[in-house]
Parts: sequence; structure tokens; C-alpha cells
Amino acid sequence: MYTQGLDQRAPEGAAKAADDAAALVAFQARIDAEEKIEPNDWMPQGYRRTLVRQISQHAHSEIVGMLPEGNWITRAPSLRRKMILLAKVQDEGGHGLYLYSAAETLGVPRAEMVEQLLAGKAKYSSIFNYPTLTWADIGAIGWLVDGAAIMNQVPLCRCSYGPYARAMIRICREESFHQRQGYELMLKLAQGTSGQKRMAQDALNRWWWPSLMMFGPSDKESIHSSQNMAWKIKRVSNDDLRQKFIDVTVPQGHFLGLTFPDPELRLDEASGHWLHGPIDWTEFNRILAGDGPCNRERMAARRKAHADGAWVREAAAAHAAKRANRQRAKAAE
Amino acid sequence: MTDNRMEWPLWEVFVRSRNGLAHRHVGSLHAVDGTMAAELARDVYCRRAEGVSVWVARSADIVASDPARKDELFEPMVSKVYRHPTFYEIPSDVKNI
Amino acid sequence: MPDTAHFEFLLRLGDSCLVLGHRLSEWCGHAPELEEDIALANVALDLTGQADMLLAEAARFEGKGRDADALAFLRDAGDFRNLLICERPNGDFAHTIMRQFLFDAWQVELYGALAASSDKALAGIAGKAVKEAEYHLRHSGEWVVRLGDGTPESHSRAQDALDLLWPYTGEMFEADETVAALVAARIAPDPAALQSAWTRTVDDVLAEATLAKPPSGWMQTGGLTGRHSEALGHMLAVMQVLPRSHPGAKW
Repeated sequence: MYTQGLDQRAPEGAAKAADDAAALVAFQARIDAEEKIEPNDWMPQGYRRTLVRQISQHAHSEIVGMLPEGNWITRAPSLRRKMILLAKVQDEGGHGLYLYSAAETLGVPRAEMVEQLLAGKAKYSSIFNYPTLTWADIGAIGWLVDGAAIMNQVPLCRCSYGPYARAMIRICREESFHQRQGYELMLKLAQGTSGQKRMAQDALNRWWWPSLMMFGPSDKESIHSSQNMAWKIKRVSNDDLRQKFIDVTVPQGHFLGLTFPDPELRLDEASGHWLHGPIDWTEFNRILAGDGPCNRERMAARRKAHADGAWVREAAAAHAAKRANRQRAKAAE
Repeated sequence: MTDNRMEWPLWEVFVRSRNGLAHRHVGSLHAVDGTMAAELARDVYCRRAEGVSVWVARSADIVASDPARKDELFEPMVSKVYRHPTFYEIPSDVKNI
Repeated sequence: MPDTAHFEFLLRLGDSCLVLGHRLSEWCGHAPELEEDIALANVALDLTGQADMLLAEAARFEGKGRDADALAFLRDAGDFRNLLICERPNGDFAHTIMRQFLFDAWQVELYGALAASSDKALAGIAGKAVKEAEYHLRHSGEWVVRLGDGTPESHSRAQDALDLLWPYTGEMFEADETVAALVAARIAPDPAALQSAWTRTVDDVLAEATLAKPPSGWMQTGGLTGRHSEALGHMLAVMQVLPRSHPGAKW
């Protein structure tokens, strides 16, 4: 669902030096000509590593992202909502799968990426380390978190790496229902009983700032944004995307009759933009480093599912091997 | 620590969106055998009625042309303009050709 | 043909789908492999969709102004009419798959017969749902074979699951007055006819899975008259919490 964490590590200088300078120039020329790079094409080591890191983080985010929403599947309040939420969380599993597939084209097995996640060595979007406390959180996630994710993802449909761009096109097509169902859910609550309205406002209060943080640190702080821009892995700046998100979302919130938890939020008549107060990056960095409300639970849930499933995966592989052997024996008769 | 032994093999998935169209590559998935791969392909890649038929092939079994030889393989074809109908000038009075 | 029997029968069908769909949905995000997570969610979605249609029909026959949601979210456990096997907790993957397989094999036969029901609305629902059920059966049946004929561990887990669940299969073929009335009106098939076809399917798959069919013996009963296991109350406490704690709210 999202690609934050991209700018968290320094570029690999040593690997870069190994690349042939002429090849680098030719590669950049292809990128500049808007040519797509395909799996077996020559590419700089740094490009490959950046992609593997970004796509796998993105995939991990989808998979971990199934947990906070999955928390409410068994408590969805109507049959319709139950089906919508289950289909949505299932889609997220699908998106994780498409993204792992895209990363696998770069030569990294999925098992290895999953292993890194479970070992705590890989990042995923910190938004999923917040808890889902009420049913309104399901609406807020769809509306705000998926809304922010779509802002991030639409430019990635034009990413220079073909398999990633194709996965993103598929994901964006499927994702638009996620945001709409979230807003519709919020609308029902906002028009509902006083208890439902309170729930909706509380969810917006808790999810607003984390949603803004999803766009990542300000471009001024971002160390290798410019290289990723040049490679067309990243196509729009964090701050521009964040502003765009705020500008479209604030009127939607006002339509719901809800208020935003930012006393400094105001419309700047001259620019037409909604200006916001300072973002608490210490909270962001703390959660990214592992100290959020649910980091440990989320990882524990993923590790448990993986460990509990080991005998199943093994059994299926063992059966397939037996069956193949029998077929070979039969053919030899 | 990574136990790749247990990873199910990778399969490439091709979906025919409706009869009359060719199967098109849509992505990949992991499955123990072809039967499982074809069935899971429905769940993974056709949740929105995207297909009427799927093909799956072991990713390892696909033989691809070498991207490094792209120029020698494909560039010579670019200059064979006489293969294309637009290469020929026919007076506009001549119909049905 | 009294509407009460018709209502009762539709509740049995709908509640079984609802409860089993709910159980399967508990797996979402926690399945043994990503692809299987997505596949299980599809089965859960199919079953919940069937429950929605069947309960809406039930509500229509009841004629008291309730809808499918009211039936699903505002009835107590004693008013549920699902098969006991559907409410069994998920347990391990072998348990979930075995429960699914025994149920799917029954549902395929049942829907196949109901597609020719004299109740045209029900026949329409069954005609659509039988395709879903056939896919579910293929999926669960293949897994039973994989687990039974996989590793020693998976074999023993699958056999344990089968032994534990077997006493819950008798209920699928119970014939009481409600069933008799519906059979007489050509709305529902004779359970005895379903049982022989079900047994063939189950025997074939268990043989291929190298699993031992438990001896026929005492069978659990009670779901069809509202006497459930302890598990259902817990499940409903979770499932119904929002509509119960916000009376009259729309979602």
C-alpha cells in the first residue's frame, strides 16, 4: 500500500563504482527517453537494490496491512460490510503478492524477503503499527490511509521498472474501491447516531497525522530522493504529494461534518492550498524504529502465521514430489 | 536462516480475458504443482472476473531471448519497411487494395 | 406447505453458510501461504454471499419485517439453525480443511438437488451457488489429499481432524418433520439420497489421501433444533457486538 522508508538508507557507493561508466550513461539515456527497464536488462546495482528494497517494503506493507483491518472482519456490523471488508483485506493480500512477484523478477526469492521481514530486518509502512480501536477506524483507513496510498501509487504506475509499473497499474485499479468504501463507511457514521458520530470523529483524530506521515519525510530531509527521481523510480516529491492529499481530503472531511485535529489548518486564499501545522516527526521516527503501539503485535502475528503454516507448506511440497515420482515411475513402466 | 527448500516453485500466469482474445501474461504466483497453480491463479488474478481461461507455466521452464542481444535480434527488422503496406504508394483512384 | 417449515429450512441453509463463512474469515491474514490466504477468503466470501441470499429469502417467508441482517446479527444462539460442524473452531489448517471438505461434499449434492426445487427462488440461488460449492470441494478435497498423503506430521494432523469431526457429519442427513414436509412439497431433496452420493465422494478422497474413515458410531445432533455447542455463543458475541451495542444504528 505504500512505499515509505525508501529514503532511510544511504546509497551503496561501492557497488556503484563497479558499474561501467559507459553503461551507466546508456542506462540513464534509456530512462530519460522514458523507456521501461525489464527484468533481464542491464541495470546499475544501485538501481536494482533500490527497487528490491522499495518493492519488498511495499509488499510487506500490504501483508502487515492486512492485520489492523483484519482485526474487524469478524465484527463487521452487516453482511454487506462483512463481505466488503473481507474482499478488501483479501485484495491487500493480492497486492502484496503482485509486488513480491515484481521483486522476484529482480532475482530475490519471496522466501528471502519474507524471512527479512520476520527477522525484523525489513521495513514496512509504520501506519500499520497503529491500532484499530473502533469500527470507524475501518472507514478512516479506507478514506485516509488508502487515499494517501493512492496518491503515492498513481505516479508509480509510470515507474521506469516495467514489472513494478505493471503491478502498480493493477493495484491502483483495484485500490480505488478501497478508498470509496472507506468514505462511504464514514459517511454512514457521520449521518448516524451520536455514538456513531463520536466514533467517526475519534477515528479522524487518531488517523489524520499518521496519514500525513505516510508521504515520508520532507524532501529537504530526504537524502537520496534525487537519485530516485533521476531513475524515475520516484516521480513526485513527498511534500508535493502530501500537499495534494491534504487539498483533496480536507473538503471531504468537512462534508462529513468532522473537524481535523490541527488548529493551524487553514485555506491559503492566494495559493489555494490548505496549510497545515508541523508534523511530529519524532513520533514517526520512533515508530519506524520499532516503538509504536502495535509493532510487536504485528510482527508476532506474522511470525505465528508463518511458523504455524510451515508444516502445511512442507506437506504440500512433499505430496507434489510423491505425485511426480509416481508419474515418472508410471511413465517408465 | 532462509529455508528456500520449502518455497513452492514460481509459476507464470496467463489469462484469457474473453474468448476471441489471446492469453496474456498477468503475473506470477507460488504453487506446488500445475493443478494448484491454475486454481490459485483464479483466486489471485481473476477476483474481478478478469478471465475465462488461465494458463500457467513454471517460471524456470520459460526460455527467453537474451536482452543483451536485443539489437542484433530485433533491430534488423526495423529497416525492412517494405514489409509494411504503408511502404507502397497506390494512386488514390485505385480502390479496395 | 406451511411457511414456518419453509422458513426453518431456509434458516438451516443460510445459518450454516453464515457460520462457516465467518469461521473461514477468521483465517484472513493468517493462512499458511499467501496464495492460500486469498483462496480461503474467496470461499468465505462465497459462503457469506450465499448466507445473505438465503437469509433474505428466509426473512421473506417469515413475513415479520426482518431482513437478512436482523436474522444474522440480532438472533441468539438458540435461534440459530446451522449444522454443528460449521461452528467448530478452526483449530489447525488440517482441521479447517477437513471441516470444509466434509461440508463441501454435502453442499455440492444439496445444491445440485435444490437447483431443481419447486421453490423457484431457492432453485435460482442453488443453481448459482452449486458452481461455487463445486470449486470449494475441489479446493478442499485436493488439500485433504495433500495433507493425508504429505508428510507423517500432516497425515497425523489430518487423521486427527477427521476423527474429531466425523461425529458431526450425521447431522447433514437428519430427517425431521421440517425436512419431511419440504421433501413432500418437492422443495428439498431426500437426505438419504444425498448421503449415498456424499459417501462416495468422501470415500474416494479419503482413500486417495490414505486416511482411515472412522467407524460409523454415535453422531452429534442439535444444531437443527437450536441446541448448539459452547463455541457458537462466543462466535456470536464477537460477530453481533456492533448491532447489539448500537440498537437501531445503520451501518
